[in-house]
Amino acid sequence: MADARIARVTMPKWGLSMTAGKITEWLVEEGDEVQEGAELAEIDTDKIVGTLEAPAAGVVRRIIAGTDSSAPVGATIAVLAPAEVPDTDVDQVVAEAEEQLASGEVEEPAGPVVATVEVDGRVISYATMGEGEEVVVLVHGYGGDKNSWLFVQEPLSRTRTVHAIDLPGHGESAKDVGDGSLDTLAATVLGFLDAVGAERAHLVGHSLGGAVVTAVAAAAPGRVSALTLVSPAGFGAVDASYLRGFAEAGSRRELRPHLGKLFADESLVNRQLVDDLLRYKRLDGVETALQTLLGTLLDGDEQAIDAATLLAAVEVPVVVVWGRVDRVLAPADASTLGRAELRLVDDAGHMAHMEQPHAVVDAVEATGRKG
Amino acid sequence: MTDTLPSNTAYELTPDDLLAAYRTMRTIRDFEERVHDEFATGEIPGFVHLYAGEEASAAGVCVHLDDRDALASTHRGHGHCIAKGVDPKEMMAEIYGRSTGSCHGKGGSMHIADLSKGMLGANGIVGGGPPLICGTALAAKLKGTGGVGVAFFGDGASNQGTTLEAMNLASVWNLPAIFVAENNGYAEATSATWSVAADNIADRAAGFGMPGVIVDGFDFFAVYEAAGEAIDRARKGGGPTLIEVKFTRYFGHFEGDQQRYRADEVARARDTLDCLKRFRGRVTETGQLADHQLNEIDNEVARLIEEAVAEAKAAPKPTEADLTTDVYLRY
Amino acid sequence: MARTISYREAINEALAQEMARDESVIVMGEDNAGGMGSPGEMDAWGGVLGVTKGLYHQFPGRVLDTPISESAFIGAAVGAATRGLRPVAELMFIDFMGVCFDQIFNQAAKFRYMFGGKAVTPVVVRTMYGAGLRAAAQHSQALYPVFTHIPGLKVVVPSSPYEAKGLLIQSIRDDDPVIFCEHKLMYDTTGEVPEESYTIPFGEANLVREGGDVTIVAIGRMVSVAMEAAGELAASGVEAEVIDPRTTSPLDTETILESVESTGRLVVVDEATPRCNLATDISATVAQEAFGSLRAPIQMVTAPHTPVPFADSLEDFYMPDAQKVANAAKAVTGWER
Repeated sequence: MADARIARVTMPKWGLSMTAGKITEWLVEEGDEVQEGAELAEIDTDKIVGTLEAPAAGVVRRIIAGTDSSAPVGATIAVLAPAEVPDTDVDQVVAEAEEQLASGEVEEPAGPVVATVEVDGRVISYATMGEGEEVVVLVHGYGGDKNSWLFVQEPLSRTRTVHAIDLPGHGESAKDVGDGSLDTLAATVLGFLDAVGAERAHLVGHSLGGAVVTAVAAAAPGRVSALTLVSPAGFGAVDASYLRGFAEAGSRRELRPHLGKLFADESLVNRQLVDDLLRYKRLDGVETALQTLLGTLLDGDEQAIDAATLLAAVEVPVVVVWGRVDRVLAPADASTLGRAELRLVDDAGHMAHMEQPHAVVDAVEATGRKG
Repeated sequence: MTDTLPSNTAYELTPDDLLAAYRTMRTIRDFEERVHDEFATGEIPGFVHLYAGEEASAAGVCVHLDDRDALASTHRGHGHCIAKGVDPKEMMAEIYGRSTGSCHGKGGSMHIADLSKGMLGANGIVGGGPPLICGTALAAKLKGTGGVGVAFFGDGASNQGTTLEAMNLASVWNLPAIFVAENNGYAEATSATWSVAADNIADRAAGFGMPGVIVDGFDFFAVYEAAGEAIDRARKGGGPTLIEVKFTRYFGHFEGDQQRYRADEVARARDTLDCLKRFRGRVTETGQLADHQLNEIDNEVARLIEEAVAEAKAAPKPTEADLTTDVYLRY
Repeated sequence: MARTISYREAINEALAQEMARDESVIVMGEDNAGGMGSPGEMDAWGGVLGVTKGLYHQFPGRVLDTPISESAFIGAAVGAATRGLRPVAELMFIDFMGVCFDQIFNQAAKFRYMFGGKAVTPVVVRTMYGAGLRAAAQHSQALYPVFTHIPGLKVVVPSSPYEAKGLLIQSIRDDDPVIFCEHKLMYDTTGEVPEESYTIPFGEANLVREGGDVTIVAIGRMVSVAMEAAGELAASGVEAEVIDPRTTSPLDTETILESVESTGRLVVVDEATPRCNLATDISATVAQEAFGSLRAPIQMVTAPHTPVPFADSLEDFYMPDAQKVANAAKAVTGWER
């Protein structure tokens, strides 16, 4: 029976398809003392590079999987424990972990459970983690999907029921978006809440998804307990050429340059990300869906959505997270956000939930507490 | 079993039909005679293979065809093109390699086509047409248009594997396909009597499960009747037919062919068997048409051909920019 | 929803989805159903290796079995394509191209050009290629270079189930004649394939693996061979960039040149025999267009200049494998003047 103070640092499951990760850099050394949430290592999942955070406070007693090694999801790659815990106890845990790694028989932690519901005649795909009383629904942005919440869903799910949905025209949901209007999309989210039996939910939306959840809150105030918006659409200037370029790009060569605009650190745009987006864009119906939604997002080179007016009608707590170097939607002027709390995030662009996920997790927790 | 039909009927053809048929044959004849003369001057590039003498075959078959129908021809394709309605002026320009030609100068005599008229083209590959026609017939059948496909091919092509396979397939799939073997006695310089193992090409029809008919290719009405029956049967779902048309070509295999392999059959044919003379004789004897009506057509056609040559000679040639266009629809 | 299916199932699915979407799509070939005129059941085979199984009953009247008459039915597919149908004809083995080549290279390929831009011939010829099944000399060749040589044809060589479904749907929707080459050893290989219909454009190479030390261009089944070699190379510190052209005509030379400009070293893996194959084609283009970027001679890994042998020991020698590719990559990365 291992000492309960010994904390295993395991390879996380970031996203539905992740089966293994490669440790590209350890940010701590054996002997370092760390707080809970401290950054331990950079991990490359092929899709994206993320930062693994310490699950507990303690001293880094052993690093089991070294730099440039890979480990399956769920494998113990390091061990943390307070200094007082004897070495022999730590050694035992380490030995177990090494044996598991060698044999390849690692118990994978339960990832999100994917299911579908039908809303307004459309199949909506969604992924659920956690069983808490508070219900959180994560709504992605233009051209994205439920996997974009990969760093955020798991931490939030420890004490909540967290659903990440695919909007119509995206991910594994039906590709027909109808008129693609904000009302249609908001109705879909509301319909989703009905379908999963959620009376009230904390809605989290990114970019277009941010405008959508705001519209839901304005239209059905009784159903929304709080809003957390990440770089939401409808509040100010937009780089229309990014949206159009994304929609029209037909090849890797055409798409890749646009994707750099999404992140503060352009090197996050890797081959797999581009490939995944191309595969999505090549599905039947996606081209039409993206074009239709462009009409909802843009009026010439300006934003067509007026989310500020919608937000003014919202009375529940609202926190807005915005990457300081967002080049797609410039951080809104606080004056347009009304009562909402604005949190600007350093070293993040348009994708704060992927670039600095802890900032989004913190924001959701803070908003939830306000309610 | 093969049948030789009596060639003495002119039923169902109105005077206008007869005039149209005559115009078709006259246009073909004058076109080919003129190309023969012009080719000798050295101005026409490449190879031409002339249909003069064989007009009754193209005319007699094509008079039954409409937009639903497709046709594949041979390297000796000018006659079929004209009979199917391809513009003679565009054809002449094509033969001269001009950008105003039916194929913008990219095909030449052997590849004149007009897909809008169901004319799948003259074909430079002996036996290239029959499989294609199985396809057009299949399309007509699956779409239920009532259309037919007609494959013209020569005595030489009648020995080509592609032709034989196509006939078998047409029967197996019960296609509305008509196989017209134009036996002009020679495949290039080799006689058909030597190279075709059977006594008649039409004898092979039974081997492929379809009816076979032999017709006098100098007699428009004989061709018209045999073709009419075959096409009618095909339209009604009765499957394919092989028609063997026997006649003579007036010129060589290609222009420039010294024709040492021949005796005097051309002179005799021009004199006593010629399809235009016989047609005129028949329709004037029965009183259906008067000589002056036919003469009028002779004059109009002469003018048309004159204009066609003049315009072709004056037309521009394609430029380097045209070299690489239209390889694909989109590459 | 993406799920794991086989190369065979991916091709079958592409056909079924396109036939459902577009009435003008028909399928024909020898035993594409099987059983015509026989006393037993129809759709007895669904293709010699089962690729077209089920379509006969699902789409009555649109799956046509043929006699063994390639020139007739391939020609029929071509002719039907000029009249508004979109036939997918099967040339059972690419080795049989000899008996129908005229209809493909002299007719279908040339209509558009010869007829002055007025013809549209949206025919697809699906065909099996490749060694490894001990099928011997006349059933194992990789003859896509011959088709690639012909202006007017498009040639597709899919390397995985995902590629196969998307490229076949693209082929059927394309209005030019397409030769779709399926490696017979790959039918049981599996991969993630979306349930929905999707396309993959022609003329866009897939960057299968990024790496800075050597560019490996591989065709068809050789892509997975190259990836195996890349794994081995990575273990010895050589990072390979693996490129799958997907279509040999049109060929995405831009991606290949870009990669060589970065790595300076090129290995081309082509299962086809070495005279006038894709390896020579790509190598010559790179040598001409990116000479200044090359830091070592180009290496081609191909079959030998022989027919495909029958004995398994010999056939295994015949085919390029990961070891040969890795050796070639080491040769170019270790090369010094």
